[in-house]
Amino acid sequence: MKLIMNAAGRMVPDEVNGIKSVPFRGVNGYKPEAKKASPPVRSCVDYPMDGNKVLPDLKEALIKAGIKDGMTISTHHHLRNGDAVTNQLFDIIHELGIKGIRWFPSASFPCHEHLIKYLEDGTIHHIEGSMNGPLGRFTSYGKMSGLGVLRSHGGRYQSVQDGEVHIDIAVIAAPTADPFGNANGVNGNAACGPLGFALADSEYADRVIVVTDNLVPFPCYPWHIQGNNVDFVVKVDTLGDASKIVSGTTEVTKSPDRLLIAEYVAQFIEDAGLMKDGFSFQAGAGGTNLAFVLYLKERMKAKNVKARFVRGGSTKYLVQLLEEGLTDYILDGQTFDLDGVRSMRENPRHINTSPFTSYNFHGKGNFASIVDVAVLGATEVDVNFNANVVSHSDGLLLHGIGGWQNCLYSKCTVLAIPSFRDRIPVIVDDVMTLCAPGELIDVIITERGIAVNPKRTDLLEALKGSSLPVKDIKEIKDEVEQICGGKPIPPKRDLTQPVAVIKWVDGTILDSVFKVL
Amino acid sequence: MDSLKIASAGKSGATVRSDCRIEIELTGDKVVKVELVSKVEALYGENITAQLNELTKFFNLTGAVIRIEDFGALPYTIAARFEAAFKILFPSEKKEFLPEMPEKNKYSTAKDKMRRSRLYLPGNEPKFFVNAGLHRPDGIILDLEDSVAPAEKYAAAFLVRNTLRTVDFYGAERMVRINQLPRGLDDLEFIVPHNIHVILIPKCESPDDVVKVEAKVNEIKKKRKVEGNTFFMPIIESAKGVLKAYEIASASGNICSLAIGLEDYTADLGTQRTLEGKESFFARSMVVNAARAAGVQPIDTVFSDVSDMEGLTQSVIEAKSLGFEGKGCIHPRQIDPIHKAFAPAPEEIEKAKKIVNAYNEAERRGLGVVALGSKMIDAPVVKRAQRTIRLAVLNGLMKEEEIA
Repeated sequence: MKLIMNAAGRMVPDEVNGIKSVPFRGVNGYKPEAKKASPPVRSCVDYPMDGNKVLPDLKEALIKAGIKDGMTISTHHHLRNGDAVTNQLFDIIHELGIKGIRWFPSASFPCHEHLIKYLEDGTIHHIEGSMNGPLGRFTSYGKMSGLGVLRSHGGRYQSVQDGEVHIDIAVIAAPTADPFGNANGVNGNAACGPLGFALADSEYADRVIVVTDNLVPFPCYPWHIQGNNVDFVVKVDTLGDASKIVSGTTEVTKSPDRLLIAEYVAQFIEDAGLMKDGFSFQAGAGGTNLAFVLYLKERMKAKNVKARFVRGGSTKYLVQLLEEGLTDYILDGQTFDLDGVRSMRENPRHINTSPFTSYNFHGKGNFASIVDVAVLGATEVDVNFNANVVSHSDGLLLHGIGGWQNCLYSKCTVLAIPSFRDRIPVIVDDVMTLCAPGELIDVIITERGIAVNPKRTDLLEALKGSSLPVKDIKEIKDEVEQICGGKPIPPKRDLTQPVAVIKWVDGTILDSVFKVL
Repeated sequence: MDSLKIASAGKSGATVRSDCRIEIELTGDKVVKVELVSKVEALYGENITAQLNELTKFFNLTGAVIRIEDFGALPYTIAARFEAAFKILFPSEKKEFLPEMPEKNKYSTAKDKMRRSRLYLPGNEPKFFVNAGLHRPDGIILDLEDSVAPAEKYAAAFLVRNTLRTVDFYGAERMVRINQLPRGLDDLEFIVPHNIHVILIPKCESPDDVVKVEAKVNEIKKKRKVEGNTFFMPIIESAKGVLKAYEIASASGNICSLAIGLEDYTADLGTQRTLEGKESFFARSMVVNAARAAGVQPIDTVFSDVSDMEGLTQSVIEAKSLGFEGKGCIHPRQIDPIHKAFAPAPEEIEKAKKIVNAYNEAERRGLGVVALGSKMIDAPVVKRAQRTIRLAVLNGLMKEEEIA
């Protein structure tokens, strides 16, 4: 493996875990040309005629699925930090003496700290997905055998569709399922909302195992996962801790500074002329994100403006918009609270979407680029509007990319972030890890001012006469450095030793995460 | 001389943010050792060590272990914690380590500046300071009195001093509430030389309190060659204070406002604060009358339920109807509702525009009498109209150019 410079000026490995890789070639600079990947042909006569695919336990299902060393096993993250299935899955794989697994989750959570021992003993070779919290730390210090691969939700779908990742066995935890394998995420004790992140897995994996704690007689409807794609069904006592799967409530931040940022976001959307009848926006679940929705709602009411659709991560605040008639639809990729789950179950205008429908690079079009405004967070942004969402300034991996990279394609991408956290600057000279090329970031909104990407002359024009504190991003950076007592010292890293790579949405390598010393 | 060997200042613990705890232990040997544990060690560890070395050198400290537990404290906080700990060990040390004061913190104020909102910040909580001005209160109060625990008061004075020098309040008036006298007189050394605009004198019960503060302020200003105005806002918080309100409000030409504090007042009366506020009607009216009679601004108490924005708005509307010009707040989210509630109504603005335009026209023509149509306009009416215009402009309800 050697390091080469990509189009963003970042040093990236020319191969990842033994597979030759394509360095980033610029936004929209790379389109693989080939046939899409496909799973093996199956025939219904090989499955029980009575439709009952239930096996006694997950161990037997894995054996029947032909588990062996070096396979790629996928899981999804709709159970979030309450997920018990993934941990049980790897307990069994370990018990079977299987080694060298490539774990391909749609995201990981702190509850997966349990898996560190399997990374240490070789059961798991490396992770392709996200490395959050404890797993991020483990990876950052160079302790994982293979190279980590971080992808966006859309990028994960892309990698499955164009054959970059082939899933051997998909294990899909489903809050409700029938013996045929039809499954959904809106009913049952572990109800979590949609199951869209497992869709590609169900369609492209060699073998698909549905694990449920709520087995209902055929048919289980809605069928977010179709039984026709499912090999085996396993009933377990519990999928995990329901209170950590969705929080009963998602709360708006109480921090006055975050609320100020949220107010600026709402005012920006109105002052820039983006808030008009039939518009659309994306909102996530962070405290600042929830708050901007509330402020925007007040503005929409005052001006009698209605949105056509809103993209979630849904929460009760988006549900209120829908129920009060302020938006025609919610297009929901994941549901963060119980109000969201209820709404998806009951309201036909609360629509279940997957990364395929939302922002798959190999789709014939892209919902994300239809959205008028996307409001996102970031861990760092630099003076060229490049942004980082996976590591902090200390170099340690902490978060996954999620749908963040995919949402950057909206007509106006806003990063709503504090200018510094405690003493750690967020607006910097150069981001530690590049996750977003600056050309896709339109506006940075901080408590100290709003910086508009100079290429968006239209927005700068629209904001003339606005009372918003519009500033040059360098001015904000200088003020932050003055407050923090100078520039921070870059953390000590081994720049010859990547521990993970950041994929761009097209499958190319945008940046490397280097070993922290 | 006391032979203390170990002293500390600042805070540590899981919930602490933007602060640090510094402990200095005198060892008797020649070297100074720094033991650093910091949340931002990777990024600012060297910076913090260098700063501690600079402080050590400045105070000629030898033979000590300096232990710092840091939770992202900014440099001015680290300096304040060090100096407080050092001066507990060496109380006779007169040298002060004063962080550089940037030009942007040297703006001045005026006696009749708008004081609609004043935001109280506990003087020993550095995490609130840096962003307070972003919320655009008319004034920021660094509080040394009730919001600071007795054991922290010594350290708080250093922190407040460094904050006045370093932190940008983005144009908000720079205020400090000193401790009740006589302790409050000692606080003045820490604030008067650092561009303090308004000193709030709590639990004021006699004009003599103001006179004492002013005398000490003048003494410090002379000694330290401090220029610029320093104004006073006595706070009436007792039955006795209410009865002396007019004398207090007219005790000095540098009093800009007279405020009322109802928590202590109702306790003094032996009653409880209600939402309706009948129990304090007399006191509030007394303060408004006394302030107006003395030609200073009457300022209302704080609204303490930070979650009740509707209640806050109602309370400001009521205060405005009683004649108050300002309200205290304890959370930045209260600032905007206060400003909105003090904002004039459209018909008030229209009327004020006519009056001010007529006044300006008369000035231009050198007329001694201002008339609007056939009606003569008195000076207080003009003044009130001018204030309405300023409020309207501040609230974005009209542009300054609309006045001819």
